[in-house]
Amino acid sequence: MIRFDAVTKTYPGGTTAVDGLTLEAPTGQITVLVGPSGCGKTTSLRMVNRMIEPTSGTISIDGRDTASMDPATLRRGIGYVIQHGGLFPHHTIERNIATVPLLLGTDKSTAYARARELLERVGLPQSLAKRYPAQLSGGQQQRVGVARALAADPPVMLMDEPFSAVDPVVRTQLQAEFLRLQRDLGKTILFVTHDIDEAITLGDQVAVLRVGGHLAQMASPSELLAHPADDFVADFVGRDRGYRALSFVDGVLPALAEPTVAVGDSAELARERAIDGWVLVTDDERPLGWYAVGSPGDQVTAERLALGGTLARQGGTLRAALDSALSAPSGRGVVVTDEGKLAGTLTAAAVIEVIEQQRTGRDRAPAVQDDPSAEPRIQHSPGGESP
Amino acid sequence: MTWIQDHLGLIGSLAVRHAVLAGIPLLLGLVVSLPLGWLAHRYRRLAPVALAGTGLLYTIPSLALFILMPLLLGTKILNPINVVAAMTIYTIALLVRTVVDGLDSVPKDVDAAALAMGLTGLRRLLGVQLPLAIPVIAAGLRVAAVSNVSIVSVASIIGVSQLGDLLVDGYNRDIPGALWAGIIGCLALALLFDIVIQVVARLLTPWRASTKPAAAGAPA
Ligand SMILES: Nc1ncnc2c1ncn2[C@@H]1O[C@H](COP(=O)(O)OP(=O)(O)OP(=O)(O)O)[C@@H](O)[C@H]1O
Ligand SMILES: [Mg+2]
Repeated sequence: MIRFDAVTKTYPGGTTAVDGLTLEAPTGQITVLVGPSGCGKTTSLRMVNRMIEPTSGTISIDGRDTASMDPATLRRGIGYVIQHGGLFPHHTIERNIATVPLLLGTDKSTAYARARELLERVGLPQSLAKRYPAQLSGGQQQRVGVARALAADPPVMLMDEPFSAVDPVVRTQLQAEFLRLQRDLGKTILFVTHDIDEAITLGDQVAVLRVGGHLAQMASPSELLAHPADDFVADFVGRDRGYRALSFVDGVLPALAEPTVAVGDSAELARERAIDGWVLVTDDERPLGWYAVGSPGDQVTAERLALGGTLARQGGTLRAALDSALSAPSGRGVVVTDEGKLAGTLTAAAVIEVIEQQRTGRDRAPAVQDDPSAEPRIQHSPGGESP
Repeated sequence: MTWIQDHLGLIGSLAVRHAVLAGIPLLLGLVVSLPLGWLAHRYRRLAPVALAGTGLLYTIPSLALFILMPLLLGTKILNPINVVAAMTIYTIALLVRTVVDGLDSVPKDVDAAALAMGLTGLRRLLGVQLPLAIPVIAAGLRVAAVSNVSIVSVASIIGVSQLGDLLVDGYNRDIPGALWAGIIGCLALALLFDIVIQVVARLLTPWRASTKPAAAGAPA
C-alpha cells in the first residue's frame, strides 16, 4: 500500500503543485490519478520514489516512510514507466529492459534472458531484442517501457501516462493487454493519466485532482460516474457519463436467436430468412456482417456485406450491448461467446428495458470490474438462470 | 612545386610536430572540460560564471598567451610545453560550453528515466548522459580541432617549430613553395583531425546509424 499523508509540494518558483494530498493506493490494485494538465500528477508520482522531495507531509510504502530509505535503493525497488517512454536511445531493447536487474547485480545472460521473456509478456516478438528504440514504433516503445518497469519484478509500479503517445486503437489494445497482465501480476499500481476514459477503464479507484494540486474526489469508477462530488468532477467526468456508467452495470439480457446464411447461399434463401430486410451472414458460426435483402446479384458474397456493428461479448456490460445494437445496420446488436461465435442478437429497446428495470428495482450493487471468470451475464433467453 | 618535392622530409616532420602540438591539447582540453562542463550543468548557478570565465580565455591573443606561459609555468621560452599548455587553455575555452550544451541536449525524459531506474551520480553520467552528449561534444571538438591547427602556427614566432615555420620562412625568404606547403599542410591536417573525430564519434554512437533507413540492418 502506498500512502500519502498531507503531502504538499511547493516548487522554488512558488508554484504549489500538490496541496495537502492524502490518499491510499491499496496493495494489488490500480489507483489512477487523473486531472487536467498541470494539476500535479507527475509531481505526486515522482514524490513516491523521491525523484522529487515533498515540501511537507509523508509518503509511506507498506508502512515504511520513504524519507527514511536510500533513494537509489527505493527507486530500484519500484517500477517506473515514464511519460513518453523515456527509453535509453543508446541501448538495445534488451539492454533497456535489463537496466534495473543489471544494477541490482543480476548477471548479464540471466538479465537478458529475462528481458526476452518480458518482451513476449508485453506482446512483442523476441526478435526486437537487439534493436535500438528508434527502430520501434511508438506503440512498441511504450510496451518496452512497461517491460522495463516490470524487469526486476517490483511489487509497486508508478506509471506516468504510459499509453499517451499512441493512436486510439493501439491505446485501447495496450489498455486491454495491461489489464490482462495486471490480473496475473497483481502489482500495486499508481497510474497517471489526463484521460478520464482511461482512468475509468483501468482504475480500481480513481483520484480526481484539480489544478493547484487539490484532491477533488477519490472513488471507484462507477461511484465517480454516478455520484460526482462537485461540479468540477462532474464536468471533468464529461457529458455522457450516464452512458459511460453503463460500463459498470450488468444485467440479464434477452439475446434472441438469429437466423443466419453463409457466403455462397442464394439471395433467395437470404430473403426467406431475413428479418426486417437484414440477414446475418456467418462463417462457421462466426458473424461476418449483415446482408441487405435486394442487394444486386443472386448470391450472398463477402463483398456485399455491410460490416459495421460492434460485437457485444456474452458477459459484457450494458454499454457494450447497447453500442452493438446502436451500431448494427439492422438495429440488432450481435452478441458473441468468448470464442467469438454467435450467441444471438438484441435490440436497443431490449437493452433500454433492462436499464429501466434496474432503475426501478435496483436490487444488486453495480459491478465495479469485469470478472472474466463470472458466469456470462448475457443469457440466450429471458428466464435463463441468474448469474 | 619542386621546392615541396625537395623538402618532403622536412614538411613531414613539421606536420607531425604540428599534429602533436594541436592534438595533445585537444585531448587534455577535453579531459579538463568534461568535469568542468558537468559541474556547470549540474550546478546551474555556476554555469554563467564558468562559461563567461572560460569564454574570456579565448579572447587572449595567442602570442600573448605563448609568451605568458613561461612566466606562469617557469619553463624555458623555447619549451614546447608552453605551446601545449596555451593550446589546452584555448581548447577548454571552447569545450566547456560544448560539454554543457551536450549534457543539456540529453532528452529530459531519458534523463528522468535514468534517475527513476536508480542510476546515481557517476553511473548516470557515464552510462546515460555522456554517451547521449557525444554528438554535440564531437561537433564542438571539430571546431576546437580546426581552431587549434590554425592557432598553433603562430608558435613559430616564439621559436617552437611546426608547419607555421613554412609560412614564416616562405614569407620572409619569398619561397612560394614553402608558403603553399604550409597552407596545404595546415588544411590537410585540419581535415584529417575532422575526419578522425567524426569516425570516432560514429563508432561511439552505433545507435545513431540505426535510425537511418540506409543502415536498417540491426547491428549484432
Ligand atoms: N521543476 C519544476 N519547477 C517549478 N514548477 C514546476 C516544476 N515541475 C512542475 N512544475 C509546476 O507544477 C505544476 C504541476 O506539474 P506536474 O508536472 O506535476 O503536472 P501534471 O499534472 O503531471 O501535468 P501534465 O498532465 O501536463 O503532465 C505545474 O504548474 C508545473 O508548471
Ligand atoms: Mg505529467
